[in-house]
Formats: sequence, structure tokens, C-alpha cells
Amino acid sequence: MFGYYLDLALHSLKRNKVLTALMVLAIALGIGASMTMITVLHVMTADPIPGRSGQLFYPQIDPRPMDSDNPTHDPPDQLTWIDAMNLLHARKGVHQAAMTGGRVTVVPPQGASHAFFTPARSTTADFFPMFDVPFLDGSGWAASDDERRSRVAVISRDLADKLYGTPHAVGQTLQLGKYDFRIVGVIDRWNPSPHFYDLGMGNYTNEPEQVFLPLQTALDLKLSGANSMSCWGKFPSDGDLRKASSCAWMDFWVQLDTPQQVVAYHEFLVNYSEQQKALGHFVRPPNTRLRDVMAWLDYNHVVPGSVQLQALLALGFMLVCLVNTVALLLVKFLRRGGELSVRRAMGASKRSVFAQLLVEAALVGLAGGALGLLLAIFGLWIVRQQPVPYATLAHMDGVMLSATFLLAVCATLVAALFPAWRACRIVPARLLKTQ
Amino acid sequence: MMEFRPILSALRRHKLAAGLLVLEIAVACAILCNAVFMIRQRLAQMQVHTGLAESGLVWLMTDGVSGDAATPVTERNLAALRGIAGVQSVATVVSLPLANNDMNFNPSMDADGTRRGPNVQLMLGSPGYLQTLGLKLVEGRDFDADEYAGMDVWMPQSSSMIITRALAGRLWPEQDALGRTFWIGNRRFRVIGVVDHMVRGELRGTASEYVALFAARPASALSALYVLRTDPASRGRVLREAADKLMALNPQMLINDKGTYADLRDGYFAGDRAMAWLLATVCVALLVVTALGIGGLASFWVAQRRKQIGVRRAIGATRRDILRYFQAENFLIVTGGVVLGMALAYAINLLLMTHYELPRLPASYFPTGALALWAIGQLAVLGPALRAAAVPPVVATRSV
Repeated sequence: MFGYYLDLALHSLKRNKVLTALMVLAIALGIGASMTMITVLHVMTADPIPGRSGQLFYPQIDPRPMDSDNPTHDPPDQLTWIDAMNLLHARKGVHQAAMTGGRVTVVPPQGASHAFFTPARSTTADFFPMFDVPFLDGSGWAASDDERRSRVAVISRDLADKLYGTPHAVGQTLQLGKYDFRIVGVIDRWNPSPHFYDLGMGNYTNEPEQVFLPLQTALDLKLSGANSMSCWGKFPSDGDLRKASSCAWMDFWVQLDTPQQVVAYHEFLVNYSEQQKALGHFVRPPNTRLRDVMAWLDYNHVVPGSVQLQALLALGFMLVCLVNTVALLLVKFLRRGGELSVRRAMGASKRSVFAQLLVEAALVGLAGGALGLLLAIFGLWIVRQQPVPYATLAHMDGVMLSATFLLAVCATLVAALFPAWRACRIVPARLLKTQ
Repeated sequence: MMEFRPILSALRRHKLAAGLLVLEIAVACAILCNAVFMIRQRLAQMQVHTGLAESGLVWLMTDGVSGDAATPVTERNLAALRGIAGVQSVATVVSLPLANNDMNFNPSMDADGTRRGPNVQLMLGSPGYLQTLGLKLVEGRDFDADEYAGMDVWMPQSSSMIITRALAGRLWPEQDALGRTFWIGNRRFRVIGVVDHMVRGELRGTASEYVALFAARPASALSALYVLRTDPASRGRVLREAADKLMALNPQMLINDKGTYADLRDGYFAGDRAMAWLLATVCVALLVVTALGIGGLASFWVAQRRKQIGVRRAIGATRRDILRYFQAENFLIVTGGVVLGMALAYAINLLLMTHYELPRLPASYFPTGALALWAIGQLAVLGPALRAAAVPPVVATRSV
């Protein structure tokens, strides 16, 4: 039966080539535009660290004075040095790491005149196991290296290749500015997108960190500054702002594996705030947050409003294309009243006429989907040419590929339901008589 | 004057198809109005006046592992850059408008810090930087040579500052800002001048021009942002020579980035430009699809009504009458779509206003949108209508 319907459908579509082309083109444009934008949205809202994102949490506490200029009720986005160190040393999570981003000057073996800058991260030992960073050679440093302020470093594969010509660079000496570091580990290419653990570097970055240093060591040597810092109240006019209790600039992540641990950690944050208040360090009543990776990205509006708008726009466009298809299918089906009446009069049931019309619509949908896919691939290529940081992410994956076809066929079938139903309702006798 | 009644009664027989077309035009109209509005918004933002005399500015951002802090590296470099042919003036600054990086603070309006002002950008530069950037003083005076003093960590020692007119209006509305003061931490600063315009490192709506300018002697470090003023024609050469000269004088120095101010400005708006292009493409595609829909439906109707057209022609209707009939029919449908579309456009705008901080859609968009859709409709229907007009009266005598 299906083969017969297919035959009829092909025949009917061939009879009016212009209209068929119009319908295919309208669906293709709608699918192409909406799939381009939905793919961009899809890659931008992807989980940056699949499997772990539900266990990684970003604690926030509120050490600000009562009369802060910040009108929102949310605590600052970062921690002060003192709080970060207190949370780190409390060791209440499975893993925890304090961190900050910056840049370092790398002096290659060829000499100072070839020095260059590279993004760097100062952090503590748990960073590597907590984020499951893939190592190519060696490993991260130990917690004791943090305490002893050892001059050790972990570098990226790209930097190792560039400096030593091999990714196996453990044991080599890395010169940063005036200081020498011993390389203890080389990591494979690793750049979670969005760059969730430090959004201060930009939500999406094409230049991930090449050098990782123990936090205390980097701070002592003044090697790495803060990407962003916010201060309140009266800050000290001398000395190091980074150690001030009124300047927040540290990022902090903690791994909590079970819901019980999450509850316990939340209680710990409240207790810590109360304790600090009792000591006179905090003024406000406990105001804490503990967001996991996806909630943290959401809170920071990582997906730009413009991308959401574009996706909305594309869906609106898709809607216009669908309405257009419905109208065209309607006139097409209704005009075939004579032919359909003959089929009905010869004994075809309403259901089989309906099925026949849907097969015809599905064919249009498939053709539209195929053309739409080409348009979407072209659209994504255009997006990749744009000078926006998320551009390089815009690729179609298998899921989106099949979703495109499914969407095209489903949308066309939905669009065809109403016209086909109308066409089936024709009373055969009346129509045959008027002929 | 065209008689609308027969058209309406004909359309009543095609309620569904006509209704769908009205719906399509309405959605298209709503999207179009909002998309064009967003494009215009972005283009307007890209026209922002930075306050700088932009055309002759070039900049170099340098960095490096500093040697001894005793040699006045930056001052020596500035003197050398001044020697390049065609350079009118040179200075170092901490940041440039639209450079996407800035240092900000909230001033205290009284000594004990209870009353806080809005978030303000801190601008700092070496002697003559206002002139190099081309900032226009409208009140008071520029910094004196002795006001370019040292720094305490990151605050200038000199207590003189110059603020933008926007900031003066925000802090002391309708009062003379000259001589007024505010505090940063425990240091007090006094306004000695007001500049017309200067925008921050990034645009922040109404607070885009909240900038306070301070004076400081350049630090003797390899990392600095050099700004040079020259005539627009020799920007490329000056930039090259400046880079060569700095590298020759400071072997340890790295030039992170350099360019003309026009490049920097272009970079800031790259995302907006991309978005504007995308919106424009979707608008065009939308118009094409709508026109295809109108044209497709019209040709169907023409084919369906061949016999009726023949009858009308046989009883005396001219070709012109037939043509006008289809044009008027299209006009009616598009008008229906436009009316519905305006309401929809307004609703979408309200929604976007609450979620994406867009301003209200100006009333002028409604007649413009209607005109555009009428024009598209008439264009799309012209082909089928001409085909209808060409139907000979003899068709009436044939059966089917």
C-alpha cells in the first residue's frame, strides 16, 4: 500500500513542479535558519564537564559591610583571600581548590628576546583530580607542594611541544619571568566550554591556560594577578590589595559526591559565616549560596541574550514557513478534490486517502529537510566566520543532524494534518456531480 | 473606485486559505518590525561618540620582564616616540575607551564613606594625555605639569581630577562641578575640569560616560599602553616605526598588541555587526518566504477561477478589471495580516522589553511595516494577476 501511495505522491508532486519547489524551499529555509541557531544554542548550553557537573559546587559567602553599594541580595561572585584559605583548609569537601587566572611571561630556552605571554592558572593541588584533567605525562603537584610553596608547574601539551619539542617534558625547567620552575606534569588538550571554573576569562575562550602553578608560590613571586577583583568599604591604601579582607578575587570549587555532603557543606558555610560574624569579621547575617556547575552558568547568564534572541527569531521564522506550507498544502489538496472523490467513490476509505496525502507531505518534508540541512551547514559555516568567542564551537553533531531531519518531517506532517483532514471530509458525490 | 464586496464574498469561500495567509503575513510583520528595530538599535549603538579625536590615533600595548626600576624606561620611550616624523603627541594611558578593560571604583561622597556614588571608571595617563586623545575640555583647566606626580600603589598622589560632563551631572545635578570633591578610600580628590565626552572601556547604558580622569607620572615598567597622535594618512607608517623603535630601545620588551583606534573600535562592535547581519539575512529570507506564499496561493486561485474569469470577461469586464480584482484581493488580505501583525509586533516588543531590556518600539514602525508588506504583496501577486488578466473570454464557453 505504501508503495502505491509513494507512487501517487511522486506523481502529484511532479504535476505541479513550481508549487512543490516553493513548499520544499519554504521548509528548507525554515529548517536551515532554525537549526543553525538551535545548534549554536545547543553547543553553548552544553555541559562543560559531563558526568561531574552535578558534583562540583561553587560556594559563595557574604563578607560585605551593611551599607554596600551593590543593590542585589546575592553574595559577591568571588571569595576574599582569607575566606578562600579558610574554606580550603577546612577540607569539608571530597576535593576543593582555590584558584585565580592571569598571564605569565614564559622565557623559552632560546633566551629572553623570545619571551612571550601565555594564560596561566594559579591553583591548589586538588584542581587536577577534581576536574579530572587528563595528563599526558607526570601528574599534578601534591598538597604538600602548596604548603611548601614549591616551584613546580604543570604545563599544556602545546606549550611542551613549543618549548621542548616533545610532550614528555616532566623534569624540564620552565622559566617564568625571573624564576625557574620544575615541570611535574603535562596535560593533554583540555578546554571545557563554557570555561565554567573561571568565567572571568570570558565565558568561551579559545586560549586555555598553558601553565598551572601552585597558588601560594605564584602569589609570593607576584607572578600572576587577578583577572577581576571587587573591593568594598575602605580598602587599604598601601600594601597588597589581594590579601585585604575587603577585596574578593578568588574562585573556589568544591566536589561533593552525595546529597548528604551537599547539605552538610551548606550548613558548614552558614556556620562559618556565623563564626566569622561572632569574631567581628563579618557584619551581615549568613548569606550563602552553593550552586552546581549548571546552576552557576545559569546564574552568570553565560549564554548571551543575543544568542537566545537569535534562536527565538529563528523559531518565529520557522513558524512563518510552516504556516506558509499549511496554506500551500491546503490549496493543493483541496484542488485535488476531484481525484480524491474518485478514489473515495471507488472504495478507498477516508483513512487511506488521509494516509496517501500524508505520504505526499512527508516526501516534501524529506526534501525540505535535506535542503535545509545543507542550508544549516552553510549557516553554521557563516557563524564560524563571525568574530565572536563562541564561533568556533558552532559545529553540527550527530544528534543535531538527525534532529534536523526529524524536525523537518514532523513539522511538515503536522502542517499537513489539517489540510489532509479537510480534504478527506469532502463528500464524494457532491464533488463528482459538479464536475 | 474598486468594489470590495464581491471580493469579500469570494474570500469567504476560501476562508481557510485566506486566513492562513493572513496569519502568515501577521507573524512575518511582527517579526520584521522587531528585527528591524533591533538592527537599528545595534547600528545606533555602533555610532557612539567616544569623545576622542579618533581618526589620527594609534596605540601599542607593551609588556615585558622589567630590569631595574631605577631607569625611567617609559619616559625615555615617550621621548623616542615623539621623535618619529609625523607624530604630533604621545602619552601613556591605563586604558582606552571601548578597549574592554577598565578599572572602576565607587566614590564616597563624604569623608566617613557612608554615602556612595555610582560606579565610575578610573582613567589615568602621563603628561598631555588629554590632548593626545583629543578630549575636549568644556569647563575648568587641564592638569598642570606638577600635577603629574607619583602613585601610591594604584591611586595617584595628586588630588586633582577632571570628570566627564555626564558624571558631573550625575553627582552634582544642575550645580557647578568645579571645586567639588569626593573620596576614594581615605583620599580626597577635587574637580579642576570637566570634559565634554568620554566613554568607558565598555558601554554600560546611561553610565557609559561615568569617567574620572587623573594625572600621574608614567611608571618605569616595560608594560604600558602607548597612544600616539598623527595625521590619519600616516597611521600605518607611524605604527610600524613606533614598534621598531620600541623594540630597538628595549630588547626585553614584548609588544602584545597594536593597531589604530579605528581597529579597536571595530573589534568592540564586531559582535553587534555580526548580529545585525544575521537579523538582516533573516528579514530578507522572511520576506522571500512570505512573497512565495502569496504568489503560490494567488496562482492557485487564478488557475481555479479560470472559468469565472472567462465569464466575467465575456460579459464585459476588461483585462484591467481582472488585474485590479486580484490586486485588490491581495490588498485586503495583506491589510488583514498587517492589522493582526501590528498587535503581535507590539506584544512581542513588550515581551522583549521585560526579558532583554529593549526599548519600546517607536510608533513610526507600524506605518513603515505596513507599507513594506503592501508593496511585497502587490509585487508577489503581480505575476498571477497578469496571468489572470490574460485569460481569454472564450474560456467561458468551454466546459472545464
